[in-house]
Amino acid sequence: MEGTKEPMTEATSAAPVRAHDGNGEFIKFAEVSKRFGSNVVLDDLSFSVGAGERVTLIGPSGSGKTTILRMLMTLLRPDSGTISVNGEYLFHEERGGQLVTASESHIRRVRSKITMVFQQFNLFPNMRVLRNVTEAPVHVLGKPKDEAAERAKELLALVGLGEKLDAYPSQLSGGQQQRVAIARALAVDPDVLLLDEVTSALDPELAAEVLDVLRDIAKTTDVTMLLVTHAMKFARDVSHRVLMFNQGKIIEDRPPEEMFNEPRHERTQSFLRSVIDET
Amino acid sequence: MSGEQVGLLVDGALFTLWLTLGGAAIGLVLAFLAGLARVSSSKVLRAIGFVYVEFFRGAAVLVLAFWFVYAMPMLGWQFEPVFAGMVALGLNIGAYAAEIVRGAIQSVPVNQYEAALAMNFSSWQRMRRVVLPQALVAMIPPFSNNIIELLKASAVVSVVSIPELAFNGQLIWSGNGQAAAVFGGLLVMYGALALIFTIIMRLLERRAARSVGRQPDPGWWTRLRRRSEVPA
Ligand SMILES: Nc1ncnc2c1ncn2[C@@H]1O[C@H](COP(=O)(O)OP(=O)(O)OP(=O)(O)O)[C@@H](O)[C@H]1O
Ligand SMILES: [Mg+2]
Repeated sequence: MEGTKEPMTEATSAAPVRAHDGNGEFIKFAEVSKRFGSNVVLDDLSFSVGAGERVTLIGPSGSGKTTILRMLMTLLRPDSGTISVNGEYLFHEERGGQLVTASESHIRRVRSKITMVFQQFNLFPNMRVLRNVTEAPVHVLGKPKDEAAERAKELLALVGLGEKLDAYPSQLSGGQQQRVAIARALAVDPDVLLLDEVTSALDPELAAEVLDVLRDIAKTTDVTMLLVTHAMKFARDVSHRVLMFNQGKIIEDRPPEEMFNEPRHERTQSFLRSVIDET
Repeated sequence: MSGEQVGLLVDGALFTLWLTLGGAAIGLVLAFLAGLARVSSSKVLRAIGFVYVEFFRGAAVLVLAFWFVYAMPMLGWQFEPVFAGMVALGLNIGAYAAEIVRGAIQSVPVNQYEAALAMNFSSWQRMRRVVLPQALVAMIPPFSNNIIELLKASAVVSVVSIPELAFNGQLIWSGNGQAAAVFGGLLVMYGALALIFTIIMRLLERRAARSVGRQPDPGWWTRLRRRSEVPA
């Protein structure tokens, strides 16, 4: 398997607690549990993802795929267990030799390597396309405006929207909006890109445009990707590994050809049959 | 009515305008402070916002004006009546408008907040760059109701001897006894002031709609012109 890149982020001077080393564990979930009320969504889940790896999560509705992505994005907190990225805990930090709940500023610093593209695009409707893409680089990363605009124009050209810089999101089709959202995510130079069913809200034709863009990005960058998708052919093309979830546990973890051609688990077989029947 | 009396009405209208604008400015600042406090993550700020809103929503402008002009000097603070009037009006309308600010902020879809967090904006940047600009669009129509309310409430503060429109109207009436002419004139003048505010707020509303990429409704003027352009 490819995908052993050096972590892109420089070592921080504060010498963070190393949750683990090695590129094989760029993202690491250790004994993570999450419940909503009495509904146990993730149960003692452990897995890791290597730097530059592209991993697709599949599984029936409600199996916890979105929950995993939202936790990595820090939109949700685990009830127990730890999540770390590039050796740094996401929700914990060391103080006085002890692991304690992380401060907002710690979370924000670790989060700076991670970004997400959403099913509903979620562009900022109050900003034109170009500003949607430059806003975070300028105001979060502190890039000079013209430099950020140059880069944004490159990215928008990459996703095929070089002509729409001055449009408002409401003036774009869903597929165009989603491609802007992808450009916006890439503009912050993420190490980890999270994609949660990014084509589910789109007609097949528009979905295909978006998937083509993502294939391109997978080919040309070494960003680590966690994706949830029902587009199985796409998943097979871009991912290094596929994880099959069922009831908050990983029941199969294999390269896509094997997973799709000869699923071992009975639950995986029936799930794949149902997805393929649908499409 | 004599020329002198008309002059009094014009002066009164200027005071009314001044009170309304001053009250609106004070109210707007308070509304944003209190509205933001009410959606803040800090319990203390939320409590302060809550107390302000609940207290001043119920406080009669009339009593507030008396308080600032007659009670505060006894505690050692001298308020000039016009300024006291503006503060009384601003405190009251600010409490109403704070609820509008809060409601508008909370009406911005949570996915906008999530997208802003995914771009790693700080909590203030999320508010300032993503949520507030969208919330503003929803605030303007209710704000324009508020400003009309404020205009009408400004008549109340004449009690602390501010020579605004209603005050001067009564002055003229007590001189000439022509109730119909005087109060009819006042109604027209309040109506004209209200119309001016309404038009300004409509323009702001259209501008705000455009700033989030929405096509504002065509105004009546555009609609009228379009109709006249339709070939017979
Ligand atoms: N905010 C929440 N409050 C309560 N329950 C929730 C919440 N978010 C998710 N859940 C529950 O957690 C479980 C897992 O949800 P999750 O969205 O992670 O599933 P999923 O695998 O992404 O499913 P799908 O394929 O339908 O998107 C579901 O049973 C869901 O109802
Ligand atoms: Mg989901």
